[in-house]
Amino acid sequence: MARREQLYDDIPGTFVFDAERSREGYGINMFCMSLMKDENRKAFKADEAEYLKKFHLTLEQEDAILKRNYNRMLELGGNIYFTAKLGATDGHSFQHLAAVMTGSTQDDYAKMMLGGGRNVEGNRSKSRKPAVKARAKAKAKPKAKAKSAAKSRAKSKSSSKRK
Amino acid sequence: MAKIIAGVGSSHVPAIGAALDNNRTEEPYWKRVFSGFVKSQEWMEKTKPDVAIVVYNDHASAFSVDLIPTFALGCAAEFPPADEGWGPRPVPVVQGHPALAAHIAQSVILDEFDLTIVNKMEVDHGLTVPLNLLCGKRNPDEKWPFPVIPLAVNVVMYPPPTGHRCYMLGKAIKKAVESFPDDLNVVIFGTGGLSHQISGPRAGLINSKWDKAFLDNLSKDPVKLTKIPHIDYMREAGAEGIEMVMWLIMRGALENKVDEVYRFYTVPASNTAVGHIILENAKRGSARKAKRAPTKVRRAAARTKVDRVRS
Repeated sequence: MARREQLYDDIPGTFVFDAERSREGYGINMFCMSLMKDENRKAFKADEAEYLKKFHLTLEQEDAILKRNYNRMLELGGNIYFTAKLGATDGHSFQHLAAVMTGSTQDDYAKMMLGGGRNVEGNRSKSRKPAVKARAKAKAKPKAKAKSAAKSRAKSKSSSKRK
Repeated sequence: MAKIIAGVGSSHVPAIGAALDNNRTEEPYWKRVFSGFVKSQEWMEKTKPDVAIVVYNDHASAFSVDLIPTFALGCAAEFPPADEGWGPRPVPVVQGHPALAAHIAQSVILDEFDLTIVNKMEVDHGLTVPLNLLCGKRNPDEKWPFPVIPLAVNVVMYPPPTGHRCYMLGKAIKKAVESFPDDLNVVIFGTGGLSHQISGPRAGLINSKWDKAFLDNLSKDPVKLTKIPHIDYMREAGAEGIEMVMWLIMRGALENKVDEVYRFYTVPASNTAVGHIILENAKRGSARKAKRAPTKVRRAAARTKVDRVRS
């Protein structure tokens, strides 16, 4: 069954761990949970593919784990608090994982955080992203402002019709 | 009668615990964080609660995806620190308060909040880091200064309980505590947040404007916060920023009017904006109010004077 589109799928760069992903990713997360035990970490490291057989994963999920594709794991139902345990098994700090997921180096990521983190401006919405830019332009140009004001008037008219 | 006297909001970033455990608190990066809690520790020493209720979330330590309780109340006599992959944190075992916990469970379930009762549970950094921030470093052979009732909230799997549900649970907890016969002063903690996202390509998101507005409203207009839908938390404060709903349980357990006695905010600790607030129930007939009252009387008197002149 294809994933049903959700309101929050509009948030860019974000895979919300919802009930559906929780069901789909049960195997990924329970695999990660098993890495809390040292003997399991050793068994996994000794033969990764063989160890994964215990968790009834799909081929895609298995592939994402073997390739350490963290974003794909999240997309296929993994949750960050669980997948972080795989990162720790590999000896990586959490900030290393964050850098990998954002396609950045750990140094650059750390610098971004020290500089106040990733700005929410321009990162709120996939669909509304251009609207933010348009608003910024409208502020700069009074003409554009007049246009958008006309637009909003038109909008309010149509909405009053609907009522 | 037992009563809730104050609420504490605090982030519970795991790296703060690691900095404490590895004696890195004097490094400038961490000093910036810990310096914000010096006054809070003084406040805590002065306040000396008999019990604390700590609202927090488990991070794949006590609960995997086998069981995902929305609200889980710890009714055990003790809660050992969980092994989160690096061995358990070197902190004391958390002592519970089974009598008050059982009383709260009974009361709030009859108030229609379907809690999960937990009689055996390990607690992770979500609970022990805020205890450290408010009580200082404690070694495993020492004791925490007060017993703790853990209330674990699911904020890991969407959907967590709504902000409104959390706020109302806080109110039910207040009612429960106030019907406990022993004289106990209780402090309630809301933990987690503030803005942060640690998953996916948008990781690293921080929204200080949002955080400040959240803290402002937490003091003055919490009902406004109860109307924020989940998508706004996730969009504005990051996918994991949704933890902030837990602060509303704490706020709901306080009186409508509170005095904000302390606030601290800094960015970042690891990937997260650190927020902290201390709220005390507004004291009836407090010194500040006593001062305010005569002003009102004077103004009223002035108004009547003016009226008299006019008439």
